[in-house]
Amino acid sequence: MSKQNPKDRLYSREHEWVVYYEDGTATIGITDYAQEMLTDIVFVDLPEIGRKVVKKATVAVVESVKSVSDVFAPVSGEVIDVNTALEETPELINQDAFGEGWIVRMRLSNPEELDMLLAAADYDEMLKEEKH
Amino acid sequence: MKKTPLYEKHVALNAKIIDFGGWAMPVQYTNVIDEHRTTRSAAGLFDICHMGEIEVKGPQALDLLQLVLTRNLADQATGQVKLSALLNEEGGVIDDLTVYKMDENSYLLVTNATPRERDWQWIKAIRDAEKFDCDLKDISDNTGKLDLQGPRSEEILQKLTEADLKTMRFYHFCKSHVAGFPAIISRSGYTGEDGFEIYAESNVIGEIWDKVMAAGVPLGMKPAGLGARDTLRLEGGMMLNGQDMDESVSPLEVPYSWIVDAHKEFIGSAALRAKQNSGIRKKLVGLEMTGRGIARHGYKVFFKTQEIGVVTSGTFSPTLNKAIGLAFINIDFSAPDTQIEVAIRDTMAMAKIVKLPFYKRSK
Repeated sequence: MSKQNPKDRLYSREHEWVVYYEDGTATIGITDYAQEMLTDIVFVDLPEIGRKVVKKATVAVVESVKSVSDVFAPVSGEVIDVNTALEETPELINQDAFGEGWIVRMRLSNPEELDMLLAAADYDEMLKEEKH
Repeated sequence: MKKTPLYEKHVALNAKIIDFGGWAMPVQYTNVIDEHRTTRSAAGLFDICHMGEIEVKGPQALDLLQLVLTRNLADQATGQVKLSALLNEEGGVIDDLTVYKMDENSYLLVTNATPRERDWQWIKAIRDAEKFDCDLKDISDNTGKLDLQGPRSEEILQKLTEADLKTMRFYHFCKSHVAGFPAIISRSGYTGEDGFEIYAESNVIGEIWDKVMAAGVPLGMKPAGLGARDTLRLEGGMMLNGQDMDESVSPLEVPYSWIVDAHKEFIGSAALRAKQNSGIRKKLVGLEMTGRGIARHGYKVFFKTQEIGVVTSGTFSPTLNKAIGLAFINIDFSAPDTQIEVAIRDTMAMAKIVKLPFYKRSK
């Protein structure tokens, strides 16, 4: 069973999460449901710091033994930090998708895009439907 | 999608089911790495009911097989298994299959799942055209198959059979019983480990599965899916038909020269000789990533800036903890330790050519 989706953040329909800070930056990762679907993550392809991405563009790639999956930027902006711990221990995403397994930090170019994302309760609902 | 007799058992075990060549098969029960490592350290149990089985019986059974298969079977003993290839006229690989000599004038062919109908039609057409006196019977739908693989396989299976497994040699088999049901027990597999392939009637294979689970789980065995089967076979340097080779590939270009007998005539032998004389241009090799990333099927391979080939299989190796793969490359660059690059998305990642297999079990 996946862990509870924390209420302190927003969610995309593609299973990314966003924690937004007042200084205009955000931390981004994939949800526990997503890591459960991927199972054993063995490689994370991280972007270069400074790369500008638009919403829904690929910002990182997560690979399990069997699969290669894009992580889509849930918002537009510039990559200001990446979780380099994932280079040596990609399984951090499996162990703690909402915490130690974060993927990138971004400075948002259009914070209004956050309004398009889902609250935890709405994401919960979406998952319920997806499992049916 | 077609289902094996064990489908409901996989669902009950919460397996993730995928479409494998039209078959609903379990790709994993827990996760691939765990099932892979469990098979290497204890044992894994695989549902292989989707593979094909063809009986060849009659006075000219051997004559037919000698004509359609690359391997010389004249010296095959009853109770022995031989890997061989089925080629088309151009020398391309239709299938790689195992030949079981059941008795004089009686053989069982075990085919891959995807080309199984193609194999059947091909062999039947040649039997008819050459008027060989032998019967062919596709018993795939009535035959179930389990692979029990890993160092504890013998200990587990011995609890369920009167056959003396200790004395059974690799690539040999016997007709016996498993859990009281008639079965063929073959010491062979597709993982690079010791282990057994078990054949029985499809209507009892579910009960055999349950009995092997009951005997094996207390000894550390787990059910394992096609995901682990793929990483295990790749570490063992074994190819996957339809992915690493197809009918455009000859056995001389992949590590299969050893199953081609140059001293006999078979369908495709003339084409192979012509190919040998004009020079083999490409070769399937092992590669190991030295840079970051995982090579995957279809990724291009470069030497400096020259494109020299393509990756056919690639994964993260759970035993070696690094990314490995197979690639078809220009033969001029195929020597072990050649530094190459694999195009992974928008970057070039360093890799090197290595000898196969990647993993060899300690005896």
